[in-house]
Amino acid sequence: MTVLTMLLHIVVLVVVVLLHVAYATYFERKIIGRMQVRMGPMRVGWHGLLQPIADGVKSFFKEDIIPERADQTLFRIAPVICLVAMMSSLAVLPFAEGWVLADIDIGLLFIFGMSALAAYGVVLAGWSSNSKYSFFGGMRSMAQVISYEIAMGLSLVGVMLMAGSLNLSEIVRAQGDSLFGMYLLPQCVGFFVFFIAMLAETNRVPFDLPEAETELVSGYSTEYSGMRYAMFFMAEYIGMLMMASIGTICFLGGWHGPFAVPFFPPFWFVLKVYLFMFAFIWIRATLPRYRYDQLMGLGWKLLIPLALANIVVTAGVKALIG
Amino acid sequence: MVAPSVPQEYLGIFLLLIFSFLFGTLILFLGRYFRLNRPYRDKLIAYESGNEPTREPRMRFSVKFYLIAILFVVFDIEAIYLYPWAVTYDMLGVFALVEMLLFIFLLLVAFVYAWKKGVFQWEK
Repeated sequence: MTVLTMLLHIVVLVVVVLLHVAYATYFERKIIGRMQVRMGPMRVGWHGLLQPIADGVKSFFKEDIIPERADQTLFRIAPVICLVAMMSSLAVLPFAEGWVLADIDIGLLFIFGMSALAAYGVVLAGWSSNSKYSFFGGMRSMAQVISYEIAMGLSLVGVMLMAGSLNLSEIVRAQGDSLFGMYLLPQCVGFFVFFIAMLAETNRVPFDLPEAETELVSGYSTEYSGMRYAMFFMAEYIGMLMMASIGTICFLGGWHGPFAVPFFPPFWFVLKVYLFMFAFIWIRATLPRYRYDQLMGLGWKLLIPLALANIVVTAGVKALIG
Repeated sequence: MVAPSVPQEYLGIFLLLIFSFLFGTLILFLGRYFRLNRPYRDKLIAYESGNEPTREPRMRFSVKFYLIAILFVVFDIEAIYLYPWAVTYDMLGVFALVEMLLFIFLLLVAFVYAWKKGVFQWEK
């Protein structure tokens, strides 16, 4: 691939992902609206279909307020750090056989690295805002993300053991010959841990404590407005898409499906990712929020030991069979 | 079949990094010429329900956050050790299993110690 075709791939990838992000917000509002017996957005366009575009245009033209006591430089670059870290991890996602920008052998590791970098953006935003709510939101978010990153990293070791690779395409190919073409059943404990850690990593309900609006206003993004706020928002939704993709790739068999769809190879991948996204939204409409001590207790006392036990059992079973 | 990890693959990541950085900064930069800019003092103070902010916001916070950070380093290094082991497990055989059981056992000792010391107990 030459640099030019690569750039073309990147532009297509980014545009598709950003449109996905925009319409993920639409689906979220629509689905939650329906679950609460409301209509959701209806005004802008047919059934509110242009609402995400209107939101984007609006936040572009909104005033960019930078508090006078904020750390000017850090306050300005924190959303960019978040966005860049999240967007660049899209490079290693295989959407279908061969539909991947960078098919590297350390794909999974790269994604973990990038999601850890995004935590920098959050904590810098919290610190540089020089506001109590932002500060505590940033601290909480940091502690939560790093705690659940361990649980998530350990929950995927079972998958690595079975696939024998960190390359995401290889992991999908290795699942082809397991039960139903996916690792969901042999790795059900791993999936359980992964799913909970995924919710906590993306700061979603029931673990959305960094932006618990009843106590912290809006957490680390309290002082942000306009496009900079929209960037945190985009980073968060790209993060959701990322985690849904990793779950699809590692546990649900990636692009494999009951039958091949001829004209659109990533069909099953997209379907499974949307299944995850729907679960995210469904959980948000259903569950109340966790308390902070319960959250940390759950991560450290339940998920990490469970993930370790899963590794030992997987390795043991593999030694017995193989 | 193992996909070749030539530097060309990493070029894609590098280009995407640059692209997303430019995307983020250019949108903010171009927005300067379109968006409103009418700052005044009341707008620029930190949010505190409309009151003047009291005290320094960067106050002392719970030591628990430091403990979690230290434990994170320990466990993350453990996870990093586990990755190459998991990938090459097929080639290493039973010896690797015993080694890793020992490693996880040693870690569990530390984990139980931290638990008994109340590191995971957020409130007394």
